[in-house]
Amino acid sequence: MTRKQKRLAVIGTGMGFLALAAALTFYALGQQTSYFYMPADLAAKPAAAGERIRLGGLVEQGSVVRGEGTRVRFAVTDHESSVMVVYDGILPDLFREEQGVVTEGVLGADGVLVADTVLAKHDETYMPREVAESLKERGVWQEQ
Amino acid sequence: MSVELGHFALVLALALALVQSSVPLAGARLGSPSLMRVGEPTAIAGLGLVAIAFAVLTLAYVRSDFSVLNVWENSHSAKPLLFKITGTWGNHEGSMLLWVLILSLFGALVAAFGRNLPPTLRANVLAVQGLIATAFLAFILFTSNPFTRLVPAPMQGRDLNPILQDIGLAIHPPLLYLGYVGFSIAFSFAVAALIDGRIDAAWARWVRPWTLAAWAFLTGGIAMGSYWAYYELGWGGFWFWDPVENASFMPWLAGTALLHSAIVMEKRSALKIWTVLLAILTFSLSLLGTFLVRSGVLTSVHAFATDPTRGVFILAILVFFIGGALALFALRAAALAPGGLFHPISREGALVLNNLLLTTVTATVLVGTLYPLVVEAVTGEKISVGAPFFNLTFVPLFLPLLAVVPFGPMLAWKRGDLAGAFQRLHLAFAAATVVAFLSFFLVDRASALAALGIGLGLWLVFGALTDLAVKSGVGKAGPAVALRRLKGLPLSVFGTALAHAGLGLAVLGVVCVTTLEEEHILTMQPGQTVEAGDHRLRFEGLRPFTGPNYTEEQAHFALFGADSLRRGSIVSSKRLYTARGMPTTEAGIRTIGLSQLYVSIGDETADGGLVVRVWWKPQVTLIWIGALVMMLGGMVSLCDRRLRIGAPARRRAEAAAGEAA
Repeated sequence: MTRKQKRLAVIGTGMGFLALAAALTFYALGQQTSYFYMPADLAAKPAAAGERIRLGGLVEQGSVVRGEGTRVRFAVTDHESSVMVVYDGILPDLFREEQGVVTEGVLGADGVLVADTVLAKHDETYMPREVAESLKERGVWQEQ
Repeated sequence: MSVELGHFALVLALALALVQSSVPLAGARLGSPSLMRVGEPTAIAGLGLVAIAFAVLTLAYVRSDFSVLNVWENSHSAKPLLFKITGTWGNHEGSMLLWVLILSLFGALVAAFGRNLPPTLRANVLAVQGLIATAFLAFILFTSNPFTRLVPAPMQGRDLNPILQDIGLAIHPPLLYLGYVGFSIAFSFAVAALIDGRIDAAWARWVRPWTLAAWAFLTGGIAMGSYWAYYELGWGGFWFWDPVENASFMPWLAGTALLHSAIVMEKRSALKIWTVLLAILTFSLSLLGTFLVRSGVLTSVHAFATDPTRGVFILAILVFFIGGALALFALRAAALAPGGLFHPISREGALVLNNLLLTTVTATVLVGTLYPLVVEAVTGEKISVGAPFFNLTFVPLFLPLLAVVPFGPMLAWKRGDLAGAFQRLHLAFAAATVVAFLSFFLVDRASALAALGIGLGLWLVFGALTDLAVKSGVGKAGPAVALRRLKGLPLSVFGTALAHAGLGLAVLGVVCVTTLEEEHILTMQPGQTVEAGDHRLRFEGLRPFTGPNYTEEQAHFALFGADSLRRGSIVSSKRLYTARGMPTTEAGIRTIGLSQLYVSIGDETADGGLVVRVWWKPQVTLIWIGALVMMLGGMVSLCDRRLRIGAPARRRAEAAAGEAA
């Protein structure tokens, strides 16, 4: 093989890998991304039941119900509307009422989010970025 | 010592860095040896000044000097001494100071040990290092000054985030930064070569050990970060594909590619332009990582003390260095002479394949990490790209790479014999296949994919052993001869074998824990038991406990083996750090063989029960053991005699001999 042919072979293999990677990436991005919603977004433009979403907001005052074994129910609110969330497992240490959370899971037909992840950050003044921005837009929350 | 001294030292360091980045560069242009020599003393003095600044800040932490804003925000007088010291870099300002300290350290090492380098190359390298130091020192002084005073000084500090009050903070960030910042040397060499328009095997011989050292540190840093998050966050996960994890993983992937292409360049003078490009890309990804972590533009579970406003400054640094280096590359790369020829089936060919796959994988991780930012900037919609994306893209591209790794060291340079390599590897292949089949049929719940993964991991381990056996002539020569030959093999051969075997061990760990893990979430009353793995846990009850700066509720569990014999106990607790009033969960972990039993507790229920989450994690420790073996491989290879006695030294010695004659 000449130098040119070898270079072509290397470039061809590289392009092949890149094409494969691009195909996988497009496929996965189509399948595996989840959109971020605030409760008011969901009220205005409901997501399809069975869709995987991220829901952010504040944990509504007085909405947390424990005691059904390991199951916890709470509402996520942005002071406009709120969405019920069910979660089976151990809540993060800094999960508190009136604190920012991001939950991720599948929306049920009854409008209840069955969450498999609940994120509250490890800093007591922390507000998840998406939540902070959306709340600031609505004037509900200001940065200290 | 007052903190103003530290501040002053930092300002002086900035001034010196400005000199270091301009004078040697001008010297190299004008061909003036005296100007070029300015690089070394400034680099070494710069390290001294930054070290003074860092020592002053550390001392302020140790003495709990709350008249310093940074100390007041992040420390407390009741904190144990170790966490006072490590707290120095447990915040944004201190962390950046550590970054610059390590950068200066690497620059000074080049200055001190680079006397054999061609003078213009050395001058240019030190100038580029000086330029990076200038940018980051300016960043610290203008936006993130750790020496700001607070008047009047409060009596007590606000304490360090409890999650950071852990031995992990002493190990993970310094190791990670040694890796991240270590790649700056490869970057500086690449840019210097482009400025010079000249590059040769001696260049690669110089770049390789620095890259190797940075890579080994980064491997260790990522592994320790992973283990820290595993036991501290209480979720039992070792890798989340979180943006901050990806930020450290991308330079690692690109650095691994660089490590391998530098071998080709050193041995065969091929792939010169590609190696230069990789060196630039690797450090660019380090800079990108620093930006992502420090600015907090991406939501992460690991990021601490981020500040978006200061992120813009880092973004500017990022654009300047990446843009500048790539522009220089576009202008000058064509001037670098192409290197040696090789057949596609050869050691070089295998290393090219490694590079192609690694860079492709790096690109997919980059796309997945930055995609949410791009979408939000374009459409305003907020999306997240999580683990499923990376499992779908990373895994299919990484598996073929793992499958071909053992062939690489078996192939000869220039033109290899694939059939011969197969023949030598057939035992390793057979052994891995047999174990994969056995685990598929004998282990409960082992899927075909799990068996394939186990087979691949073992294939890597056995392949590495085969490499050592073949090179020492086991089976052909007698055992005594083989042993003697094994001892005589260069350390870099052992380094390669260790790194590849370590990769195999890590793969085994990941596969076992992701496919065979058991998880139980339940409410337990005292006396109740739960089965996990072959073990049984009995909840004994809650007991209060008081630590130096926290109080906690400890849940005690008695552990029983498959034979119902008591095997000790596991304690998991809910801790409250009194200074911040912040709760944390301390997982209870018991290592049994290579596996772990992981217990984390939740809230108490109304009827006096306790929510408990128990995991049985089979062979989980192999993940980190594997990474440490890889790191060890890097270190062993670094001790190779060949790397210490460089080609430039020989040439100079010959020149001197010529003059004498």
